[in-house]
Amino acid sequence: MAVIRDVMPAFELLQPSSVADAQHLLARYGSDGWVLAGGLDSFDWLKDRIKKPKAVIDLSGIHELKGIRSTADGIEIGAMTTLTEVAQNPVIKQKYSLLSQSAELVASPQIRNQGTIGGNVSQDTRCWYYRGGWPCYRAGGNICYADTPVARNREHAILEAERCVAVNPSDTAPALIALDAKFVIRTAKGERVVDAEGYYVAPDRDITRLTILQAGDLLTAIRIPSAWAGAEFYFEKVRDRNVWDFPLLNVASAMFTSGNTIDKIRIAVNAAAARPLRLKKVEDAVRGKQRSAETGEIAGKLSVQGAVPLQFNAYKIPLMRNLVKRSITGVANGGQEAAWAS
Amino acid sequence: MPDPTDTRTTEHAAKKLSRRTFIKGVITSGIAVSSASYLFRASSVSGQGSSAAFGERLLTLSVNGQPRRVDVMKNETLAWTLRYKLGLTGTKLGCDRAECGSCTVLIDDVPHYACSVLTHTVRTRKVLTIEGLASPDGKLHPVQQGVVDEQGFQCAYCMPGFVMSAVGFLNTNPNPTRAQLAHGVSGNLCRCQDYDKILTSLMRGAEYMRRSGRA
Repeated sequence: MAVIRDVMPAFELLQPSSVADAQHLLARYGSDGWVLAGGLDSFDWLKDRIKKPKAVIDLSGIHELKGIRSTADGIEIGAMTTLTEVAQNPVIKQKYSLLSQSAELVASPQIRNQGTIGGNVSQDTRCWYYRGGWPCYRAGGNICYADTPVARNREHAILEAERCVAVNPSDTAPALIALDAKFVIRTAKGERVVDAEGYYVAPDRDITRLTILQAGDLLTAIRIPSAWAGAEFYFEKVRDRNVWDFPLLNVASAMFTSGNTIDKIRIAVNAAAARPLRLKKVEDAVRGKQRSAETGEIAGKLSVQGAVPLQFNAYKIPLMRNLVKRSITGVANGGQEAAWAS
Repeated sequence: MPDPTDTRTTEHAAKKLSRRTFIKGVITSGIAVSSASYLFRASSVSGQGSSAAFGERLLTLSVNGQPRRVDVMKNETLAWTLRYKLGLTGTKLGCDRAECGSCTVLIDDVPHYACSVLTHTVRTRKVLTIEGLASPDGKLHPVQQGVVDEQGFQCAYCMPGFVMSAVGFLNTNPNPTRAQLAHGVSGNLCRCQDYDKILTSLMRGAEYMRRSGRA
């Protein structure tokens, strides 16, 4: 697609200073309104003329959405807190370093300085057919351009594909699922708190959205309970370049062991499906087992059961098997020499 | 200049003009177009039907320590304002998609991609571009001096972005290892693939910064 080097088409810029004001504006503009957090996802849509909102509602002036607070049970992160702040916060580093690790691996320093945790977990898919404005299922049409004999689909889904084969690109989402985080959403009817897993939508439920956010809803905060504070964490992201790139696959795990036995564990992967996947079957299979290479093998094999490759993404199956295995054994297979071979 | 999209204005104006002044007007506006294409592009875009009143668009930005009065569209990025409204062309536009780093500026001392910031959102913040790094007496910033001394760049299109990223990073990490500094400026690309020399020159700049007590 041609790159347009001109200013974005005109829109009205609205800068509310409270969540209530933002909600009024969202209600007034309906589908003509666009929520702007850090803007790194938004500006691609607007600059490419794929989305043409009449009004952009900028949340950067709302102080109640910023900052990291300690609560009675854990911490609460405002949705407009930047990824740099999340990655560098001393409490998160000390107790929930899984989240700091994942935030530090997002995109580039400048993007982390501006991109927000709320935006990172709520961003849209990167499927270039969809983002290029093709009238695919996700855009309300009746075809998937990424799943045809000539389609380029190296980055697409191996699990849960249902007409649409796009994947969720967030790095922090699987970490938050592994930490059993809760997402706080402000709707027209009031506040709603959902599990991190429950925030995401598979295409068989709604093919046009990645999250449960409806028009007018705002994600206001993310709460991390203390239950997983100080657990053993593992995060790994595989991508083509060490900067900017979205994950080809990532994995996050949190684990408590006694001796060498796995007592409690949560594992999630992303970029395998249209939503970050919590691997509950794997968790159930390894709980109570020895933390060993054998257990890791079992976990890896179990994790890819039912995976269906497209023409160019079969590599993701052994990749996911190996990442899940490592997330149990806790040992990376050494930088460059990743064991991708099946 | 009358709004070209408003037919009432142009009809009304045409009636009032004599043939002679009309021709003169066409000639002058032709010159204006050819000599100030950036300005013309900006003004033609602003006529796209933004409902914003002029008053709301007139901002006072803090750029390089100076208050700058400037007329800014709501949909305008900071890179656009700096380059085409304020003439600060040291800030380069490479990809315009937050993927190359050549438009990096400091906003409240933190590196940002100016192509991906709406100018209206930095009204109350301090913007520092490559033009504002040197002292008023012309003495280069230590990082700039490091680049000069080590001849770090080839074509140097990416240089302002790299320097701004490095300055932002060194303000909070004054004594980095080479690997840490590489991570700090990893949001900038060099098309000449001159990374090794760039890092050498930025490390030299870091050293000068520590020596000058600016770090």
